[in-house]
Parts: sequence; C-alpha cells; structure tokens
Amino acid sequence: MTRAALAILRKDLRIELRTRESVPAMALFAVTVFVLFHFGLDRDSLDGALAAGILWVTVLLAAVLAVNRLFVVEREQGGFDGLLLAPIDRTAVYVAKATALLLYLLMLELVAVPAFALLLLGVDLLPALPELVAIMLVADVGLAAVGALVAALAVETRARDLIVPLLLLPLLVPVIIAGAAATEPLLTGLQTADGLGRWLAFLGLYDMVFVLLSVGIFDFLLDD
Amino acid sequence: MTSALFGRGLSALSIATVCAIAAAFALVFFYAPLDADQGFIQKIFYVHVPMAIVALGGFMAAGVMAILHLRRRDRSWDMRSYVAIHLSIILGVGVLVTGAIWAKASWGHWWVWDEPTLVSFLIVFLLYCTYQPLRFSIEDPERQARYASVFAIVAGAFVPLNFIAVRLAEAYTHPRVLSQTGGNLPGEMRLTFLVALGAMTLLFVTLWKLELTSKHAAEQLRKLRVRLELGADERPAQSGSGYRAPAAAARSASS
Amino acid sequence: MPALPLEEAGKYVAGAYLVFVVLVVVYVAIIGAKVARLERELKTLGDLMEKRAP
Repeated sequence: MTRAALAILRKDLRIELRTRESVPAMALFAVTVFVLFHFGLDRDSLDGALAAGILWVTVLLAAVLAVNRLFVVEREQGGFDGLLLAPIDRTAVYVAKATALLLYLLMLELVAVPAFALLLLGVDLLPALPELVAIMLVADVGLAAVGALVAALAVETRARDLIVPLLLLPLLVPVIIAGAAATEPLLTGLQTADGLGRWLAFLGLYDMVFVLLSVGIFDFLLDD
Repeated sequence: MTSALFGRGLSALSIATVCAIAAAFALVFFYAPLDADQGFIQKIFYVHVPMAIVALGGFMAAGVMAILHLRRRDRSWDMRSYVAIHLSIILGVGVLVTGAIWAKASWGHWWVWDEPTLVSFLIVFLLYCTYQPLRFSIEDPERQARYASVFAIVAGAFVPLNFIAVRLAEAYTHPRVLSQTGGNLPGEMRLTFLVALGAMTLLFVTLWKLELTSKHAAEQLRKLRVRLELGADERPAQSGSGYRAPAAAARSASS
Repeated sequence: MPALPLEEAGKYVAGAYLVFVVLVVVYVAIIGAKVARLERELKTLGDLMEKRAP
C-alpha cells in the first residue's frame, strides 16, 4: 500500500508543481485576507488572542480552497477509473491525498506566517517560532486528515463547492479552538507557553481519532 | 429491506412514554424545590438539558447504526440511522430555542458563549444540518446510503471530541458559571432531572420507532404497487386502457 | 442577575415548555399526514386488486 500511496502522491505533487494551482492560490488568498483584516478591523498591529484567531481562521479558510481542489484532477480528466481499476487498496488513495494536503498546508504556512508577522503582528515572532511550528504541525495533520475525507465525501455531490465548507468548518472547530488557544500566549508580549502541553495533547487526540476513522471507512467511498 | 416489523411494541412504548412525561411534569412543578439563585427560571433546565443529552445521544447512536449498515450491508440500518439524525436535529432546534429562552431569562441576552454545552451543541447542530443536503444531492440510492453512513460515523465521532474542546476552552477562560448536570444537584432535583431524562429518552425512542414504521410501510407499499403495476402490464390488451387510470391516479396521489 | 419575580419567570418557563410541546405535536401531525397518505394509497391498491380479480 505504501508504494501505491507514494506513486499517487508523486503524481499529485508533480501536477501541482507543473500547474501551480493550489498552493499559490492559497498563499495569495491568505495574504489578501490579512489585508482585508487590516481594513476591516482598522488596526495596524495585533497581538494576543485577536492575532491568534485571525491567523488560524485564515489558515482554515485557505485549507477549504485546497480541499475543494483535492480531487479535481481525477474528476475532470477521468482519473478515477484508473485509480479504481488498479489493484490497490483504496486507503492508499486516502493516504496520498491527505499527505498531499498536509504538504500544501505546510507550504502555505511557510508563506502565510511570515506575511502575518510582517503585515499584522505587533509582537516579535522569532522567539516563539519553535512552539508555533510544533502547534502548526500537529494541527495540520488533523486538517489534512479531515480535509481529505471531506473532499472524498463531497466528490459525488452536485453542489460540491458549497458542501465542502459547510461540512469542513464545523468539523475543524476543535482545531481552531486548540490552535488559537495554544498560539495566543505565544503572541503576547510575555511569550509564555501557557497550557501548550494540554492543547498539543488534545490536537494529538483529534488527529489520532480522525486518521484512524478515515483509514477505516475510506474504503466505503469512491466505491464503484 | 429487512422483514422485521418496526411497529411491534409501539403501543406499549407510547403508553410508557406518556406516563413518564406526565410523571416528569408533575415532579418538575410540584416536587422539585425552587432553586436558591435562579428561582423559577431554573425549571427550564429540566426540559432543556434532557433534550440536549438525548439529541447528542441520538447523533452518536446514529453513528453506530451507520457502522452496522456498512458492515452488514443491510439498508434498514441506514434508515434507522437517518431517522435518528432527523429526530435529533428536530430536538436540536428545541435545545437551541429553549437555551436561548433560558439565557435571556438568566442573563438578559438571547445567546451566551459561557455555557460550553450550549456552544458545543450549536457547532454539532451546524454540522448535522449538512446531512440532508449532502444526502439528497447524491442521486444513486445505494451510494447515497453509503456516503450518508460515512458522514454519520465521522460526525458521531466528532460529537465527544467537540465537547471536550469547547469544555477545555471554557475551563481555561471562564470558570464554570453554572454547574448543573451531574454532581452538584440536591437529591430532589437530581431525581426530577433523571425522570425528565428518562422521559425524553422514551419519547425519542417512541417517535423514532413511529417514523421508522411509517417509512417502512411506505417502502413496502411502493414495492407492492410496482409489482401490481407490472402484473397489470402483463394482462391482455382489452383491459390495458382501463388500467392506466387507476395506476396513474395512484402514482399522482402518492407524489 | 437576580432571579426574576414569579410572574416574569413564569412566562419564560411556559415558553420553553411550550416549545417542547409544539415540537412534539407538529412532529406527530406530520407523521399522521404521512400515515393518511399511506392509507389512501392502500385504498387505491385495493381498488386495483378488485378490478383485477373481483
């Protein structure tokens, strides 16, 4: 299964590198949203809870963009039949897609976090960087796991673009709660890591539940 | 579809439900003592919290039923899951409305973010509101049932996780303003609460069975009609034109 | 916020319980309508059968 998953992953990454559709759009979207917030809130700099909230909400909304496009190649160019006819475990498709989404999210954050620090953040980010990276890594795994599942669920529906955000965002509320709560103390003047362990533990639980669940039931989707 | 009859035991269940609800009402208004802080308003608690618990339980039970559907490939489990979610959504509306009434009477606002149970319920409710649109946007019935079951399982697993997250967030920022469910209830209030919870659970099961019976009967009827119409088509030509009208009327009466 | 006086509070409590009752009654009414439709369809089928084999 790993070989199949890697093969599908390599294909998706190659397509993304060539067409450059998802990641640049996500990055551009995130930066644009930061600008919007500057005007919407009429603030030059943010810190603490407000900063954490805006950063995480923006990442989440950008994730919706990526999830919408996760299966687009298969859908539009009939790649589904190829995938389904191949003698592979359908779970390989899930692992590949979730990993791709994880990589897209990490690349997005590589752009969005510095942009955020530049445009909106009033606090120096560098001292808190290791903790922030840890939080984002753990949260991104959850985002990717749930995102890939929702993308597959919405593949067959007619109103795909509407169903994806409506399904995805409530499911990701715990990630926002944990992510924002963990990030908030890092973005204040004091830069403590208050309660970081507890939130990371929760995110780990969330990741584990949804990865195991998705791997278990993914076979029932894309079943033709 | 299974050959089981859903309506069995429905009368006994209904009677039990009516008795339980009557007992609960009696206890709430004649037995339970008046709360020292909140006064008479606190009585809403006996209808709001049981509704919330039963609705969340219904969502999780629907997840289990969906697992059974996928494992046994038995469509009747999908129907059970669908009805459970459907009922829980209706109860959910009741939870949010009674919660708002309680918030308005207690704190003067129609909504508060302080109550983690209410907040986490709102998130769960928003999630399950997409169940029907998702379901009915898939045309193939077998695929529709399968995808609906996947949703029900994922959403059912989400309910406890979401509750934990919201609870953690609240414990962190606000101390618990009102702690009713469970530990701190005096004996008489606890008894009343448990009876109310039992009555709400019975009500849910009764209504669930009722809707299942009705849906199942409709399904049987549809199959019967198809078989009869096919039989009619095989009949010799002279009664052909006479048959179209009743069959067409039956079809239009049921659409 | 101090507890509301009984008359005030009574309205809110009554409202909440009314919401509950209304939900249940409306639900039962809808199922009732479905059952009535089932009955009508059964009757039509019965007529169909009559015509077939009187």
